[in-house]
Amino acid sequence: MLAVIRLRNLFAVVMLFGIYSFLAAALFVTLNAVDVAFTEAAVGAGIATFLMLSTLALTVRREKLRRKRSVIPLLVVTSIGATLVYGTFDMPYFSDPSAPLHGHVARHYIEFSTAEVGVPNLVTAVLTSYRGYDTLGEVTVIFTAGIGVLGLLGYRKRGGKP
Amino acid sequence: MSVLIGHYNYWIVIFLMMAGLYVVIAQGNLVKKIVGLNIFQASVFILFISMGKIEGGTAPIVKEGMSLYSNPLPHVLILTAIVVGVATTALALALVVRINEAYRSVEEDEIHEQDQSF
Amino acid sequence: MRPPIQPHNLVLRIAAKMLIPPILMFALYVQFHGETGPGGGFQAGVIFAAAFILYALVFGIGLARAVATERLVRVLASLGMLLYITVGLASLFSGANFLDYDVLAQERMEGQHLGIFLTELSIGMTVAAVMIMIFFAFAERGVRP
Repeated sequence: MLAVIRLRNLFAVVMLFGIYSFLAAALFVTLNAVDVAFTEAAVGAGIATFLMLSTLALTVRREKLRRKRSVIPLLVVTSIGATLVYGTFDMPYFSDPSAPLHGHVARHYIEFSTAEVGVPNLVTAVLTSYRGYDTLGEVTVIFTAGIGVLGLLGYRKRGGKP
Repeated sequence: MSVLIGHYNYWIVIFLMMAGLYVVIAQGNLVKKIVGLNIFQASVFILFISMGKIEGGTAPIVKEGMSLYSNPLPHVLILTAIVVGVATTALALALVVRINEAYRSVEEDEIHEQDQSF
Repeated sequence: MRPPIQPHNLVLRIAAKMLIPPILMFALYVQFHGETGPGGGFQAGVIFAAAFILYALVFGIGLARAVATERLVRVLASLGMLLYITVGLASLFSGANFLDYDVLAQERMEGQHLGIFLTELSIGMTVAAVMIMIFFAFAERGVRP
């Protein structure tokens, strides 16, 4: 992580980000989230890394040296981090079965989904049947991003002349 | 002492989040800022998924003989969030390519100097 | 207009030729088995687009464009969204809430299965088409005229 901050070769930064995404996907598998691990490996370590490499091919490869260095961002980040750590002392312990998160809605989904929906994969059942409207919004977001990229980069060739 | 052992997943996530936030605030290169934003997003996903794990549970797929499942609700939210995140990243990178063509640079200082409207 | 076979990309070409059909098959498998195992529409769409991107990277953009023309990709993305909304409207016109799958068939379970199948198919189509669209937009920007 700290290498990402210090490195100036952008290609190496993008590669480190790809490794980080892949490690996050492996972490998801050990935390029993197989669907999410699948998506994060395909999307994070695949599409996002690939898009950044395409951007690097169209722009620059190295970062320029900054002339002045200020200490204010470091102070801001440290204070936010300290506040967040202070806030976590009230949170439930890691993998605690009696946390309030696992209480009402999730228990209803787990117990009644076989009778109401009949699909073994609980994540698919919740995503497409119980919360289908949110998934419609998500598909709309992807579609809009595709149209946006097409509008920005679609028609004119390099050089900017129509 | 049990406080330390029980909460370590949150502190790892906070460290990763702060690293990503520092890259977004302090670095001047636009592509590196977008990489920092993605690191921030991925650490938030790790936070949610680690909160949804139940000790001794399995993956949330109904099978004969399994009784305790991990909570499927955070999985659903994070699935949507991952895909929306990549859509945002694609748009942001397209904008960076166009900025590079217009201003001939992707450093924040040089773009500020060239653009007189600030 | 195929790029010439040179010694330094021979391994890439052969490996890509052997890998791309299984990747497409795997994408279809993940799409249709999203109900009984991990998978579903999003993952299948991304893997399908990855096969196309691999083909374009190894064999050149011209050949890849001949298969996935601009018009076809745009129509597929719009069709995916239209299918999703049509499924929702079908349940609306049958007397239930929007996107309520119970009324789509004679029995409740059959209606749920049909609704989930159509929804996952539309998600997969839209995600694959949009990823291919974004890739071609980025790739054709750098082509020297």
